[in-house]
Amino acid sequence: MPLVDLRQTTLRELNRSLHALDPDTNETHWRVRHPDGRHAVAAGLSLPIAVEIEGHVGYYCAGMNAQAEIVIHGNAGVGVAENMMSGRVHVRGDASQSAGATAHGGLLVIDGNASARCGISMKGIDIVVKGSVGHMSAFMAQSGTLTVLGDAGEALGDSLYEARLYVRGSVKSLGADCIEKEMRGEHRAELSEKLAAAGLQGEVDPGEFRRYGSARRLYQFHVDNAGAY
Amino acid sequence: MCGIVGLFLKTPRLEPQLGGLLSGMLGTMTDRGPDSAGFAVYGREAAGRKITLRGPDAPSLRRTIAALQAELGLVLDVQHRDTHAVLVVPEDRETEIRAWLAANGGADVVGSGQRMEIYKEVGLPASVAGRFDLAAMAGTHGIGHTRMATESAVTTNGAHPFSTGPDQCLVHNGSLSNHNALRRSLRREGLTFATDNDSEVAAGYLTWRMREGASLKGALEASLADLDGFFTFVVGTRDGFAVLRDPIACKPAIMAETEDYVAFGSEYRALVGLPDIDGARVFEPEPATVYAWERH
Repeated sequence: MPLVDLRQTTLRELNRSLHALDPDTNETHWRVRHPDGRHAVAAGLSLPIAVEIEGHVGYYCAGMNAQAEIVIHGNAGVGVAENMMSGRVHVRGDASQSAGATAHGGLLVIDGNASARCGISMKGIDIVVKGSVGHMSAFMAQSGTLTVLGDAGEALGDSLYEARLYVRGSVKSLGADCIEKEMRGEHRAELSEKLAAAGLQGEVDPGEFRRYGSARRLYQFHVDNAGAY
Repeated sequence: MCGIVGLFLKTPRLEPQLGGLLSGMLGTMTDRGPDSAGFAVYGREAAGRKITLRGPDAPSLRRTIAALQAELGLVLDVQHRDTHAVLVVPEDRETEIRAWLAANGGADVVGSGQRMEIYKEVGLPASVAGRFDLAAMAGTHGIGHTRMATESAVTTNGAHPFSTGPDQCLVHNGSLSNHNALRRSLRREGLTFATDNDSEVAAGYLTWRMREGASLKGALEASLADLDGFFTFVVGTRDGFAVLRDPIACKPAIMAETEDYVAFGSEYRALVGLPDIDGARVFEPEPATVYAWERH
């Protein structure tokens, strides 16, 4: 198991080594020590390897991830797993702003809280936050799911497209065109599946969540607005 | 961009190391601001008023201070550090000294107070900290700023921290949009400003609020309604230290707290070198929420 100490090896060398791995590599489990808040740790991975990072990371950790499973044993800075395509990113601490921004796929699990704009412009990722999320979360979210076990801050789901938002706690306010929607069987099933994927099967009752989604008044063409064009 | 840092010691244990720790934090934030740097340190209480002066260069500042003492018949305790000097003056002579400096030129007053000293210069943060030997300074708290100039020239006048009242100073990451109107109204309240800088107006606003009786926390809470723009502030007073982010949390901020200290950084990287950081509670300050600490 390769062990990389970022006080000995440069970040660029680490990322280069990870990018240079062959698809049939036997080096499938990496450990990274002393990230010390560096930016772009383990960004741009494209193979189904596991990377464990022991400490707090800076911006864009695991950005653009495809297939890899990345665990951060600490807090993550701005934009963790931004633009992730697939794979799994697990933050054991808190995440800063814009966690999972623009991500197309994969699963992002945050054990602590995520601050503002969690899931901004998400395009298919599943995000599970065990704590709370800050203001403007899921802003312009297009698809995927955002599941929050705690509370959501102001303007949740502002200008939302088709992402589904599940919140167990309180929502300080809903953003433009975001409304509470009925929780039907299909939604409970979807939520159960996401909770199970995050390792929470049996621990959390899907019945305690409320669902929020787009009222579809903002992004759909409406004939009454024809004069505006 | 720009980087800001702050360190507030809750116990005396680390006081001798304050400057060394702050220096490391400032150096790490070079990536966010390589153009100029500045810092304020709250050190030993002086037997009088500490005035920090800045001259165009070290020899001419020495000449100015010699002339000041000769003409006003003063023998002052003067600590020279490169282009800056800290004078300890009798409190009843401060107005006279400031008037002499205003009339004769040769040095700008950077700040004054019982405990605060402020240093700022153009250049890489590590070299600025080195020129003033920040690493050797002791104190209870300090704040610092590294500037990436985007909208005005790289000058020492545009460098933070800004001080507009005794023992009060502020570093700011962001930009304010209503600073001109606010500066005019604060001038009517008797405040003076040395620059056209937006951050100096934020400092002046807090000075005014505290002069009118508000606590540091209260002054910052009021600023949320009166300041328009983006900001993360770190503020120091004689015995206090506070952090505030604007309601949309436009600029980055991270804090760490242990039994011994509270530390602020624009990024976690700035905090990595602090003692026992692995055991610290690391958290992101909430938007529009004042975090304030006082020493007793």
